[in-house]
Amino acid sequence: MDKIWLVFQREYLVRVRKKSFIVMTILGPLLMALVMVVPIWLATMSDDTKVVQVLDESGYLKGKLASTHELKFVNVPGPIELAKQIYLNSEDAALLHIPEIALEKPQGIQLYSQKSTSLSMKTALERQIRQELEEVKFANSGINQEVLDKIRTPVNIRTVNLSAEGEKSSDVGVNTGVGFMGAFLVYLFIFIYGAQIMRGVIEEKTSRILEVMVSSVKPFQLMAGKILGIAAVGLTQFLLWIILTSAISTGVASRFDMDRFSDQQIGQTMQGLETDSDVQQAQEIHELFSATQNLNFPLLIGSFLFYFLGGYLLYGALFGAVGAAVDSETDSQQFMLPITVPLILSFIVAQTIIVKNPNGPVAFWMSMVPFTSPVVMMLRMPFGVPTWELLLSMFLLIAGFIGTIWVAARIYRVGILMYGKKVNYRELSKWLFYKG
Amino acid sequence: MQPILQIQGVSKRYEAHQALDKVSFDVPKGSIFGLLGPNGAGKTSLIRIITQITAPDEGRVLFEGQPLQPHHIKEIGYLPEERGLYKKMKVGEQLVYLARLRGMDKADATQRIKTWAERLDLKAWLNKNVEDLSKGMQQKVQFIATVLHEPKLLILDEPFSGFDPVNANIIRDEILKLREQGCTVIFSTHRMESVEQMCDYIAMINRSRKVMEGSLKEVKARYRSHTYHVEGTGRLLVMSPDFKVLAQAQHGSQFEAEIQLEPQVGPNQLLRYLTDRVEVHNFREKVPSINDIFIQTVTQEAHG
Repeated sequence: MDKIWLVFQREYLVRVRKKSFIVMTILGPLLMALVMVVPIWLATMSDDTKVVQVLDESGYLKGKLASTHELKFVNVPGPIELAKQIYLNSEDAALLHIPEIALEKPQGIQLYSQKSTSLSMKTALERQIRQELEEVKFANSGINQEVLDKIRTPVNIRTVNLSAEGEKSSDVGVNTGVGFMGAFLVYLFIFIYGAQIMRGVIEEKTSRILEVMVSSVKPFQLMAGKILGIAAVGLTQFLLWIILTSAISTGVASRFDMDRFSDQQIGQTMQGLETDSDVQQAQEIHELFSATQNLNFPLLIGSFLFYFLGGYLLYGALFGAVGAAVDSETDSQQFMLPITVPLILSFIVAQTIIVKNPNGPVAFWMSMVPFTSPVVMMLRMPFGVPTWELLLSMFLLIAGFIGTIWVAARIYRVGILMYGKKVNYRELSKWLFYKG
Repeated sequence: MQPILQIQGVSKRYEAHQALDKVSFDVPKGSIFGLLGPNGAGKTSLIRIITQITAPDEGRVLFEGQPLQPHHIKEIGYLPEERGLYKKMKVGEQLVYLARLRGMDKADATQRIKTWAERLDLKAWLNKNVEDLSKGMQQKVQFIATVLHEPKLLILDEPFSGFDPVNANIIRDEILKLREQGCTVIFSTHRMESVEQMCDYIAMINRSRKVMEGSLKEVKARYRSHTYHVEGTGRLLVMSPDFKVLAQAQHGSQFEAEIQLEPQVGPNQLLRYLTDRVEVHNFREKVPSINDIFIQTVTQEAHG
């Protein structure tokens, strides 16, 4: 036991002291924050206001198109040929030509531009013109604006999880997001740290240290110490990421005064808002916010740690065995494939089938099979998983990694002392039954 | 005195390949013991059984009269033929790590590492990464790692391969010093000149069987062919049923000859016979070298 501890210490310290570990630990959360913040930032600082020249020959829209932050409308005189000439000499974004149109069937509206127009500009224009034309039609049919406003009914369904303990706001979007994040992290960690085990073993093999080692340590102790040491490195990194990320997100939250949208303060906040759209936005943010807060974070983080460790032990042992069976990393491909396929498969299936039906049969079975359960179960967790399913899946995962460790230890034991021999599956299966 | 190591009827099989077939011999305490044999004879398999990396299928190994047990690992130092170090680790740290795996505590290990580093001129390198060391220095580090825990039994598999002559001499002197301090050394090699220089006892394994065992002198005596090398002045003409001339050469007035005695004849009889006829300058027994014995045994086996 104390030998496993010695090996553990070495594997841990050597990796944690590496510069790349320190750099990744600091950069990791920053990169993630960047991935989240940059698109928002880019969207808010979108390009300058675009000027659209309008030639309205129908007369329905004169002065009615409202300039917004993105689009500014300028009326130009006709006829269209002249307008085109003027537009070509200007630097404006586009020329909108509305010919004389029939209200019932508005056709022939065209948008000229020197560069191709964006989809968002086209939809914005279509929406505005439709609204204006509809209003003219409403007026013609005797419905005035007041009546219309009364008829319009904004609908927003609030999803609530009902259980014996009470009601909780939930949000499918938030659940999917959180589940996906957890699944992705488990997938990523298994891959990164599993591959590290393999590389570590290959390094020991190529540096010819193994025979020295196994004359004082049992191969199983060596393998166990290595796998656990690298797991500790992964957990350390994960822990540091959580601390750094929560520090950053607290900073972000206070910067944007996110407390405004909490359950306690949302009423007050909404009163202070003037326009309908602001109120609606605040409501949406509040719902996201409370749905996020209502997630069972201790359970999520707890099960993340369990599934990360379980999945890592299951796959890590196999990665270690592959490392022992080959002489160099280039030889490892043929054995890597069958190991990585279930992992990749579970991640791909997670994105399609399971997101659509997180409690369906595919999701159920994949969260039971130890090879896919770490990723799939993480995705299902935020949607609420029955306790018996969770316990069964955990039990199967534990049984699974005990099994793979048994297999891996036998391959490892023989493989680490084999040099310069090309190994195939038949050979590997024989190793399983070699005597001490 | 009880032998430090007794190998008793050890067999080991891998699949279709018999690596060891009922091998038995004793390693006397305080000796330098040569374990000889061509590549693939089973030397490494046997060593892996002694170091408890694998277990024998049959037979047993006794260490100081006790069947091998995990705690004996502390008493054995092993320098494998395929040897290396963690490249990205500091020399000092690595030595401490390997020593602790052999059951030493940290303070003790650090102290002894210092002493050894001074003895082998490595002191300035303890804080360097292994990959910054020359190959010769890395081998010194490996040697220190092998002997640091002061084992009673030292197993060296091809210890001099890859050493330059200067370092090989340093290591040989250290091995002899260790023997004086009571350490037993098993040498596995197929380089016979070092066997001749250093070993007290040898055992030879060929094709998974032990084919020869004994002290160096005994073995050599067993392979004596009663052949004498003679040089002198004059013209030698041997005409006697007691002697057989194997080879003869004449350079002017000088002659050179190899003469084998018939079983019942002694060397003095040959000398007397010679001095009556020629002037003898040089007269010595042609003792077979271990190299000759090795090759003779291996090729005999291969043909027989």
